[in-house]
Amino acid sequence: MHVTKDGREIFVLDGHTHFWDGSPENQSNVHGKQFIDCFYAYHTNLSPPEQLWEKSRFEKYSEDDVYRDLFIDGPDDMAIIQSTILRDFYKNGFSSIERSTSMASRHPERFIVNGSFDPRDGEKALEYIHYMKEEFDIQGVKMYTAEWNGASKGWKLNDPAAYKCFELCDKLGIKNIHVHKGPTITPLSKDAFDVNDVDYAATDFQNLNWIVEHCGLPRLDDFCWIATQETNVYAGLAVAMPFIFGRPRYFGEIMAELLYWIGEDKLLFGSDYAIWTPKWLVDAFWEFQIPEDISAERGGVQLTDEIKEKILGLNAARLYNVDVEAKKLQLNQTPVKIAAE
Amino acid sequence: MQSDILNKELETEIWTCLEQVTDPELDESIIDMGFVERVKVTQDKKLVEVEFRLPTYWCSPNFAFLMAFDIRLSIAALPWVQAVNVQLNDHCFADKVIEGVNGDRDFSDVFAKYCDGDDLNAVREKFLEKAFIRRQETLLLGLRQCGVSETDIVGMKLETLDATSFQGEEEAKQKPRYRSLLLERGLAAQPTDLAFRTWEGDPLTVAGLREYLGRLRSVRINMEFNGALCRGLQSTRYKEVQLSEDGPSLIDFIQNKVPLRPAEASS
Repeated sequence: MHVTKDGREIFVLDGHTHFWDGSPENQSNVHGKQFIDCFYAYHTNLSPPEQLWEKSRFEKYSEDDVYRDLFIDGPDDMAIIQSTILRDFYKNGFSSIERSTSMASRHPERFIVNGSFDPRDGEKALEYIHYMKEEFDIQGVKMYTAEWNGASKGWKLNDPAAYKCFELCDKLGIKNIHVHKGPTITPLSKDAFDVNDVDYAATDFQNLNWIVEHCGLPRLDDFCWIATQETNVYAGLAVAMPFIFGRPRYFGEIMAELLYWIGEDKLLFGSDYAIWTPKWLVDAFWEFQIPEDISAERGGVQLTDEIKEKILGLNAARLYNVDVEAKKLQLNQTPVKIAAE
Repeated sequence: MQSDILNKELETEIWTCLEQVTDPELDESIIDMGFVERVKVTQDKKLVEVEFRLPTYWCSPNFAFLMAFDIRLSIAALPWVQAVNVQLNDHCFADKVIEGVNGDRDFSDVFAKYCDGDDLNAVREKFLEKAFIRRQETLLLGLRQCGVSETDIVGMKLETLDATSFQGEEEAKQKPRYRSLLLERGLAAQPTDLAFRTWEGDPLTVAGLREYLGRLRSVRINMEFNGALCRGLQSTRYKEVQLSEDGPSLIDFIQNKVPLRPAEASS
């Protein structure tokens, strides 16, 4: 939890974290190397200097690192671990549901481990969704539309094959679809970060919640427009968050847009761990106010304590059916400890 | 020796020429962004070689294509140039971009292969609009900050804008860029034409100005996101580049890779 200066305890459900292995031993090719290198560049460029990690630790961090950074040094009460397979790039997958579940087994009450699938696998994708539900009882999945799969260099949420998968998700009660719009490669005539497929999928699958990570950035304008029309579209704040350090005014502009268009009930905090650690993000976020002139341009929206509490945990808790009061009691009884180093 | 000096002069001319090539998504010069790594002119053949690199391996390939072709076009337009070779380093689509830009086929031909028969003009057009919006917003906000009334802003003539001098660095930089795009698109031609119109050509209104500026702002927020990330990512990536043993060259100075002497650094 985050403890405020006046002693209030704020429940933090970190909506976007990873347990990856991007180490050279796990890389299949240059793409695997370039993928983790790109993450590391994000880390080095948007972190405060005192938060920087060594490259080797960043490539492959330990289970103890996760527990310490999120729950002991960090303010997270719970974390959603997302799976990103990237099997064309990594021998054992970049972050697999099996490895994350094993990591989480010390304190399963702290984690929500989400699955992932690739609709281009056709029947196999459907079988895999069944497997993830039966084996791990997943409540959500992470979709990475820029993933390579043989000759294909990306896919869209409204592809027919994807719709078959979402129908199955709906049927099995896998309600939360986290969408990461990476740069899709082809066709080149399309804007690589285009978010319009979210509009189709969210309209056609009203029972599912569509959480668009990075709040659609760098297509925030299109995303806000879509999210305003659809009641089941949410914005994940991963990647937008760290701007709070280097460019706070700019962060204020993003928050003003999101609050104005989408509203306080549909924004979810995410640290994007291990790209960033949650402690400094949450500390800075709790102290943050949208500058007056920016707020005035958007009808006076502001990040009140009540709204911050929703963003930091209550909104995600609602999507994942977490009873926050009961959860707090449970967590108090099972404190996280790691062996002294 | 003399030909070495001449080559250096020609290379400087190429660097200057490339300042006009922009990253379509950021509306920033590829030189300002530090994307161009090497320019080499071979005297006898008048062959110009350019190497560029983007902030990440994953930067959108369509923009990589556009930049590569724009580099080729802008250099080929120089009268003394006989041949151009463009290399893109460390990019997931590099081989296809290099093959496309240095081959005989024209732009639309190369693209058709990767666009399901479509062409790239729709994307180019969309990002030209975003560039227009960003340049225009800078000027509108600058005028408002100077205390120009909303009525005067929406009714401002091109000649009045021309006569306005901005104190801010960004406004001063964007003014000629906005103006050239405005004229290029036929949104204004005469000194007495309106200085500000929407991309679709509609005049602005006092009643609608606030909402219009809101629209422009959200476009700018996206572009700033990309710009901030690209600058940051690019600065890390280029740290790997070592200075050659002959000491810093022109490019090292252009890209700020030459460390300042202590006296300069502290001033």
